[in-house]
Amino acid sequence: MPGRPAIDLVAIRDRHPQHFARFDRQRLLTILTGIAAFALLLFGMAQLGFFGGTLLSGSARLVEIVGLMLPPDPGSWAHARTFGVALLETVAIAFLGTLSAAVLALPVALLAARNVTAQRVVRFFSRRSLDTIRSVDILVWALIWINVVGLGPFAGALAIMTADIGSFGKLFSEAMEAADRKPVEGIVSTGGSHALGIRFGILPEIFPVLASQVLYYFESNTRSASIIGIVGAGGIGLHLAEAIRTLELQQTSFIIVLILIAVALIDFVSSKLRFAMIGRRGAMA
Amino acid sequence: MSSPVVELPEAQLRPLLAAYDASVRTRRLHTLLVLACIVVAMALASVSAEVSPSRLIENIGRFPSYIIRLFQLENGQPAWTDVAEWFWGLPRWLRLLGETLLMAYVGTLLGAVGAFGLAFLAAANVGPSRWLRFAVRRVCELCRTVPLLVFALLFVIAFGLGPMAGVLAVVIHTLGALVKQFAEVVENIDMKPVEGVSSTGAPWHVAMRYGALPQVMSNFVSYTLLRFEINVRESTVMGFVGAGGIGQDLIEAIRKFYYTDVSAILLLILVTVAIIDTLTSKVRHRLIGREERR
Repeated sequence: MPGRPAIDLVAIRDRHPQHFARFDRQRLLTILTGIAAFALLLFGMAQLGFFGGTLLSGSARLVEIVGLMLPPDPGSWAHARTFGVALLETVAIAFLGTLSAAVLALPVALLAARNVTAQRVVRFFSRRSLDTIRSVDILVWALIWINVVGLGPFAGALAIMTADIGSFGKLFSEAMEAADRKPVEGIVSTGGSHALGIRFGILPEIFPVLASQVLYYFESNTRSASIIGIVGAGGIGLHLAEAIRTLELQQTSFIIVLILIAVALIDFVSSKLRFAMIGRRGAMA
Repeated sequence: MSSPVVELPEAQLRPLLAAYDASVRTRRLHTLLVLACIVVAMALASVSAEVSPSRLIENIGRFPSYIIRLFQLENGQPAWTDVAEWFWGLPRWLRLLGETLLMAYVGTLLGAVGAFGLAFLAAANVGPSRWLRFAVRRVCELCRTVPLLVFALLFVIAFGLGPMAGVLAVVIHTLGALVKQFAEVVENIDMKPVEGVSSTGAPWHVAMRYGALPQVMSNFVSYTLLRFEINVRESTVMGFVGAGGIGQDLIEAIRKFYYTDVSAILLLILVTVAIIDTLTSKVRHRLIGREERR
């Protein structure tokens, strides 16, 4: 070929042998990991019954079920009203749970934050208890609270509150630790106490962050609140589980659509509010 | 001796102080208004959620007593005095825990493989068609907004009781969540390598393989591991609706008041989740470290 310098492949190969090796160590390791992962996948699928033919027959039934779900239809006006009220109850559970969790988590977060609580033992124990609370699923908390206050939405709100204290405690304390140290030093340098430093140096700075986290959780809690009814803790989940079990499939899809609309609405409002708050904070800085 | 701080004369000071007070007052008023709105909303929500403080105060004693009973054997001794009795069902529970982990593993991997393919279609910078992108995004939104347990309930009808329904629910949910995260990763890549490969006349899939894939792989793996952690937690409650795993024994123990069984299973779950979290976060940190060394 004219105009193109001849490439001395052998010389290049000699100079950079590592780029021409078919299998270097890194690549071999990747391939082996891939094979192991795939083997485990096959083993798992065999263990869980994927190769028994149920997958095919089940898929056929699933298609049939989805067909029967359309179009979404509550069945009667009375049903639609019941579902609407239950949806409001769901949102109420999420709202109460999220807000009370935020209020209760704030003092715990203060105890768990490094720049607020110097006492290492206190910090350790508050962190471990937050971890423990967080690792127990919201449905288990719901079942425990049902034992305390009985079946109903109140137990659901308490369950969401308990589970969220764990998450908020962790998020809030991390926000506090990320806060700028200088305002606190400024306040302490004018003779203010440590408590005043926290109140006027840390809290105003992190408040928009906390509020936006709470709003974000409100949306995800609405989704959680829509399933805790499955174990009897109020909200629309009870009707949903009931409709699925009795194969009222059009009602099922109607309820699912209701939940989707509610979640989308809350997501919209909360992201507007979050933007407004973070915008205000940006303007202040 | 005069004070070291210079004070303005009274006549100049008064309007300044008045302006300060006014601005503070408006901010206070704002805060009070927001608080009032929240209180009204809470009152309305309390009515709807049947909140009753008196019932809570009356029965709050049951909460600690429930927790205490969780750790009390039938003969009244604390559970840790007779570990063999406490963990009497260990072989069965370990098997169910293994099943739970396998459910999370298979579900995460299948979901991640699906998301891997769809993410390139859903990303705005490399996606081949706008309509395809729109369709993929909407379907994935549906998959991740509908709660996992709702899918599990539906799949239990189609596939029968057992872990398969749970796995498929995990697959759907993982797909929805990961496509979004993966697509965001792909949208943040440096486009020059992709353009370079395309400029040599390579087709779309080759450009993706050699231009985009090396940039996104470690982030993909990291997100998948994070999703695996979440799915392990979710799989532990899948049994509540009959979709396999340790959840079925847990809810049975709770419903039938087998207190020490509840605490034993919960402890096993906590330990397993903690181990998985530590392992995956180690791998993730190593991946991020490797990315930075490049």
